[in-house]
Amino acid sequence: MVKKIQKQKRINGFAIRFMPYSEIKNLNSTQRIKKVLEIVFENYILILQGRLKPEEETRLIEDTMAMIGHVKNFKGIELAVISSDDKTSTIDRLRNRIAISLSGGDLGAVTIIGPASVVKEIKRDPKKIELMLNK
Amino acid sequence: MAIKIVKNFFKRIFSGIFQNKKEVKLGFYGPPNAGKTSLANRICKDFTGEEIGSVSKIPHETREVQFKEKVEIEYKGKSLTFKMVDTPGIATKVDYEDFLKYKVNKKDAKIRAKEATQGIIESIRWLDDMDMVVVVLDATENPYNQVNITLIGNIVARKIPILIVANKSDLRKANVKKIEEAFPEYTVIGMSAKYGKNLEEFYEEVFKLSKKSK
Ligand SMILES: Nc1nc2c(ncn2[C@@H]2O[C@H](COP(=O)(O)OP(=O)(O)O)[C@@H](O)[C@H]2O)c(=O)[nH]1
Ligand SMILES: [Mg+2]
Repeated sequence: MVKKIQKQKRINGFAIRFMPYSEIKNLNSTQRIKKVLEIVFENYILILQGRLKPEEETRLIEDTMAMIGHVKNFKGIELAVISSDDKTSTIDRLRNRIAISLSGGDLGAVTIIGPASVVKEIKRDPKKIELMLNK
Repeated sequence: MAIKIVKNFFKRIFSGIFQNKKEVKLGFYGPPNAGKTSLANRICKDFTGEEIGSVSKIPHETREVQFKEKVEIEYKGKSLTFKMVDTPGIATKVDYEDFLKYKVNKKDAKIRAKEATQGIIESIRWLDDMDMVVVVLDATENPYNQVNITLIGNIVARKIPILIVANKSDLRKANVKKIEEAFPEYTVIGMSAKYGKNLEEFYEEVFKLSKKSK
């Protein structure tokens, strides 16, 4: 019985945190990335409404690299942005981009960020997205 | 009016003369193991006789930005001088245990991982310096990878002219078309760095693109 519970616990050893865009809307880039990484360090898979700016995405990669070896058991992240402009026409896309650059965000997008120790891979193609977890 | 014409005339003549002196900084970017160094080596070897760095099947072989200056590429009677910049592959995770399966010992694997993380930071920092970027992707891999998308998004946001290479086209599993479909807004060249396949088209595009760079 005890064994069974332990086994189950291991399989379910991950948690998901949802974050509406409003939580990061008024933060600057440094604060945003700090907030995102803090959640990932706690081993949560973060589902963020909206997306980071391109330079924030690279900043996130840089800061992730800087933290490997400094945070225990941290090996990096898995990251995927599902954007609303994937399916739309070029003109809509352009319009979207302009709107995004003005407002920041792109609320139609969803960003998934998880610790690499929990998320093995985020498999994606234009039609679907799959989260593969580490056992 | 006349002065302006004369000025422009001299400007043209001088830029013509100095065109070969001005180096175009050409960056090779992409995920680990895509063949960035293989491609940069082939070009450097063809035009200088020397290679830029070492190639390996072990990921993160290149862990420091390496460059070769004054590489004069001649193509169809035209000539341009490049500073070739080969960068460490960009990834969102680095696990030293991944190196163990290549018979790297644990201590060296840890050092390699540490250097790889620093190399990734260095790659990203160098991006702002580039006049032109070749994104090298492995055509046997799924192109819908966030690193590719983030990298290309950043190059475009920085207004740097970009060219995508779908490398390893010699392999049966290679799917150049899939890369074209993933990035329809950009020029994608299917080629093999290892066997020197389709280099002509590559040079053609590089020369075309160099006109757009600042
Ligand atoms: N089949 C094939 N293998 C290649 C090609 N280009 C590179 N490789 C191999 O891919 C591996 C990684 O190459 P490398 O140039 O070190 O990649 P980098 O990490 O992007 O610099 C090596 O084993 C190369 O021999 C190619 O065009 N075809
Ligand atoms: Mg290399």
